[in-house]
Amino acid sequence: MTMAHQNEDMAYDVERVRADFPIFEHPINGHPLVFLDSAASAQKPRATIDALSRVYETEYANIHRGVYDLSMRTTKAFEGARDKVRDFLGAAESREVIFVRGGTEGINLVAQTYGRANLEAGDEIILSHMEHHSNIVPWQMLRDEKDLTLRVAPIDDQGNFLLDEFEKLLNERTKIVAITHASNALGTIVPLKQVIAMAHDRGAVVLVDGCQAVPHMTVDVVDLDCDFYVFSGHKLYGPSGIGALYGKAALLEAMPPYQGGGEMILTVAFDKTEFNVIPHKFEAGTPHIAGAIALGATIDYLNELGFDHIAAHEKMLLEYATERLTEFNSLHLIGTADNKASILSFTLQGIHPHDIGTVLDRSGIAIRAGHHCAQPVMDRFGIAATARASFGIYNSREDVDALAAAIGKTIEMFG
Amino acid sequence: MSDDLRDLYQEVILDHAKNPRNYGAPEQDGNQSHRLAHGNNPLCGDRLTLHVTVADGLVQGARFEGDGCAISMASASLMTEAVKGKPEAEVRDLFERFHEMMTVEDAEPDPDSLDKLAVFSGVREFPVRVKCATLAWHTLIAALDGSDDATTEV
Repeated sequence: MTMAHQNEDMAYDVERVRADFPIFEHPINGHPLVFLDSAASAQKPRATIDALSRVYETEYANIHRGVYDLSMRTTKAFEGARDKVRDFLGAAESREVIFVRGGTEGINLVAQTYGRANLEAGDEIILSHMEHHSNIVPWQMLRDEKDLTLRVAPIDDQGNFLLDEFEKLLNERTKIVAITHASNALGTIVPLKQVIAMAHDRGAVVLVDGCQAVPHMTVDVVDLDCDFYVFSGHKLYGPSGIGALYGKAALLEAMPPYQGGGEMILTVAFDKTEFNVIPHKFEAGTPHIAGAIALGATIDYLNELGFDHIAAHEKMLLEYATERLTEFNSLHLIGTADNKASILSFTLQGIHPHDIGTVLDRSGIAIRAGHHCAQPVMDRFGIAATARASFGIYNSREDVDALAAAIGKTIEMFG
Repeated sequence: MSDDLRDLYQEVILDHAKNPRNYGAPEQDGNQSHRLAHGNNPLCGDRLTLHVTVADGLVQGARFEGDGCAISMASASLMTEAVKGKPEAEVRDLFERFHEMMTVEDAEPDPDSLDKLAVFSGVREFPVRVKCATLAWHTLIAALDGSDDATTEV
């Protein structure tokens, strides 16, 4: 414990960060909220909430079409948010950033456009064993439509991604590698640079599901050299219903559109329609305007905290929580990879995760209990479900202490 | 511990969860009146297999296999005890009243009619757990209806 204290980042004032999140002003079941489910969806800072209100109160109109001042101001704010996402991901150009509803829509977009246009019967797609259902099912749908083969890159018993085994799956039929950056169920961070270099050597494109990575670390898509990268705003302390897909400009330009409608066209006649340029080609219909602008404000807020400080704080929390939880003999951690995001999945001997979740809730502690929309990785460990505590920028050592105390109570109750 | 938590996890429930009665597949005796159904709660991934023997319109016995939370295990265990020897129609009626006790505000379960099943009244304060308590029952009704599969998502 003393060691962990010494490692604490003095530049990071978690109490000040907590004060930025209005949700913590409201008790749960008579207790202060201990929110340990940010991996499912994170709470929102006042900066995000205010940005949403500000748009609707002062600068809301439809974008890209009005000749009046208000519409032009909204358009500028919306496109400004796109620039912020570009910088956030380290992308070279703003037109490489497509606004989508979230990670799920981004993956479906790539499967249904790039995948449909470029893959043919017998081609192969490689996934990892720890993908979220949203990075499995869109590829299964494409597989069934085009008669493709899905291959699964294995992990070891600790949840480490096995680079050598992955390399063996690559061959001349491999066209897409769709892989998570950080596992939502195990926390494992995948060695993406090597994965991407290996895939590119075989001529495959790589889509990265970054939903669980972007809240915890700086991402640089140019340095990674990934072809596509998706994330959801709501896991990044931003609004739900908005997210982004990054794609290399050359790939996006060659891809057919996803949905048809307004905004994605240049001219429409009944015999022929000319599609708009990227990114607009992929943004049919009026988007979540306020959501995108508030996502930009959220990114500003996080940059102000600084991802170096965020990462150091969460590393401290993960180490402290791992230490406290392993004090319980009947507690089994699922996912102990060498390189992890701040996610702790666990089971308790003889106690179902749902019962753990219910007991903890009565102490004001919110955790996730279930299969985490990642049933294949649950099967890999021979379990139906885990309890999962995930840590975010507003969590403190006191939250970890509350979790440990409540787990102790749970064991006592069911013991 | 809060009072509603104590109401939810009553001693009887904890006991049946730890030591479920009528657990495990029945011996294969070629009995034609044997019916089987699989229950599935897609929200948590819990699965349950129910074996029920019906003869002359009476539920002769029920057994179950599977893994789940304390509420679903205890519910399955207490259900197998409660339905034994009862006419099919009475079993269906019993489920109706059991379900009502957990879902209807101010429902006053008749302790005589629900007997031991009244220990689940605390579930009403935990709406998200109602499906845990009803999985075994949905599966039993599916078996009585001659259907193989039951789900809590209907």
